[in-house]
Amino acid sequence: MTAGGLDVEPAVEPAIELAMVRADIAGSHILQGVSLRVPAGGVTALLGRNGVGKTTTLRAVLGLQPATGTIRVLGRDVRGWPAHKIVRLGVGYVPEDRDIFTRLTVRENLRLAEAGTEPRYERVYELFPELRQRSRQLAGTLSGGQQQMLAIGRVLLHERPLLLVDEPSKGLSPRYVGEMADALERASTASTILMVEQNVHVVRRLARHMAVLDHGQVVHTGDAAELDDEDLVRRLLGVAGAA
Amino acid sequence: MSTFIAITISGLALSAVYFLVASGLSLIYGLMDVLNFAHGVFLTLGGYAGWELAARLPAAASPFGFLLTAAAAAACGALAGALTEVLLIRPLYGRPLGQILVTIGLDLALVGLLLGGFGSDSRSITVPAWLSGVTTIGGERIPGGDFAALGAGLGVLAALTWFLRRTRYGIIIRAGAENREMVSALGINVGRAFTLVFAIGGAAAGLAGLLNAVVFSGALIDPVQGDQLLIFAFIVVVIGGLDSLSGSAIAAVLVGLVQTYVGFYADSGAGLAQLANVSVVLLLAMVLLIRPRGLLGRTT
Repeated sequence: MTAGGLDVEPAVEPAIELAMVRADIAGSHILQGVSLRVPAGGVTALLGRNGVGKTTTLRAVLGLQPATGTIRVLGRDVRGWPAHKIVRLGVGYVPEDRDIFTRLTVRENLRLAEAGTEPRYERVYELFPELRQRSRQLAGTLSGGQQQMLAIGRVLLHERPLLLVDEPSKGLSPRYVGEMADALERASTASTILMVEQNVHVVRRLARHMAVLDHGQVVHTGDAAELDDEDLVRRLLGVAGAA
Repeated sequence: MSTFIAITISGLALSAVYFLVASGLSLIYGLMDVLNFAHGVFLTLGGYAGWELAARLPAAASPFGFLLTAAAAAACGALAGALTEVLLIRPLYGRPLGQILVTIGLDLALVGLLLGGFGSDSRSITVPAWLSGVTTIGGERIPGGDFAALGAGLGVLAALTWFLRRTRYGIIIRAGAENREMVSALGINVGRAFTLVFAIGGAAAGLAGLLNAVVFSGALIDPVQGDQLLIFAFIVVVIGGLDSLSGSAIAAVLVGLVQTYVGFYADSGAGLAQLANVSVVLLLAMVLLIRPRGLLGRTT
C-alpha cells in the first residue's frame, strides 16, 4: 500500500500511465494533477466520492476530455489524439450513462462497434441472451439493465486489451448487477479493466487493485483487499465498507 | 378533374425538387447541427455543371446524354459540399454563428463569381426532346420534365432510405445525429461521416439545381436560381422537422402541392399568382403554431 504513491505494480508495463494530468470543465479545475499507473491485467477500481474527477479521468484517457500532462495508453503517448484513434489501439469504453443509441436497434448498436476483424456476436449473445432475443428492438425501449448489457456487449464484441468502464452497476437491479459483474469478470481474464464504481460489493468481487481520487488527485493506491478495512474505506470514500 | 390531376402531378414534381434540396439540409443539420446557407449555391453549381457538360456532349439530347448531364450536376454538387465541409466548416464545429456567417459568405462569393464568369443572362441547357415535350394522359398534357423530377425525387428518397438503414455508414450517420461523441468512442472517425453527409447533400442539391432549371425554368440556368429555391427548401425542412429526413419528404409534398394548387387556382380565379408563396408561409406558421418542432422533428 502507498498513500499518495503512484505505483500499483511497478514491475509490469502499465496499461495506462498518467502523470500530472490536469483538466478543466467550465472553468472548474476537475483534475488537478492526476498521476496513476494502471497495471496490465485484471481490474483496477478507480474510487472516490462524487465529483472528484473519476469520470473525467476516464474521459481524459480516451481523448474525450481535453487535458494536459502525460497520458500513455497501451504503451503509446496519446496526448492530443482524437478519441477514435485511441480506441483503435484496442480500448473499449462503457460510459456512465450507457450512451447507447436509442433510435437504433440492438443489432445496429452492436454493428456500430464492429472493428474490422471477425466480431464475436456468439460470445456477446452467450453472455447476454436477451440481446439476441431483442436484436430488432429499438435500443431506447430496453430497460436500464438491458441497456447496460448492450453497452457492455458493444465492447466485448472484439477482444480488447483495455476496457474503461464507468459505474457499470449504476441504477441496476440486483439481478442485472450480478449479470454485469459476471460479464466483466470473464472479460478481465483477457483485458485490463479500469473501472469507476461506487458499489463496494462489486469492487470487492472484481477488482485486484484500487486507486482513490480526491479533489482531482490520486490520494491512495493499493490492493483492492484493503477495502476490507472499514476505517480506511470510511476515511477515503466516506462510506461504510459493508454498505 | 383531368386538370386537377395535371396540377397535382406538377405539384408533386415541385415537391420532388424541394425534397432533393431539403434532404441535404436535413441530413447536414441532423448530424452536425450546421445550418448550411451555402446549400443554394450548390444547386446553382450543379445546374451550371450540367449546362457545361451538355454544351460539350454531342449526345446531350439523348436520354443517356441527359443521365450523364445529371451525373455531372450531382458530382459537382458533391464536390462543392465535400470541399465546403473540409475547408470551411470543419474548423468551426461548435461555433454556430461562425458557420452561419461562413456559409452565407461562401454563397455570396460563389454567386458573385458565377455572375462574373457567366454574366446574369440565363444559359440554355440542352435536354432531350421528351423532357421538354409533353405526354398526354387522359386528355391532359403533362410535361415530360415532371416525370423526370418525380422519378429523381423518388429515386433519391429510396436510395437515401436504403443507405441510412442498410449500410454501415448510414448507421454511423444516424448514430452520429444522436450522440457524436459516443460514435468516436467506438473507434469511428466521425469527421469522415461529416464529409460524406456534406457530399451526399451537395449531390442531391446539384441534381435538384439541374432539374429545377430543366423542369421549372424552361431549361434555363442563372446564377441566383439556387438561392431562390433555397428559401422554400428551408421552409420545407422547418415544417418537416429540422433533423428528420422523413419529415422533409412529407413537408416537401405539402409545400409543393399547396404552392401549386394556390398558384393555379388563385391565378386563374383572381389573377393572384403571388398568393402561392404567401400560402407556403401561412402553412409554415400554422405548423409551427401547432407543432413548434415540425411534423417529425425531435428538436426545436
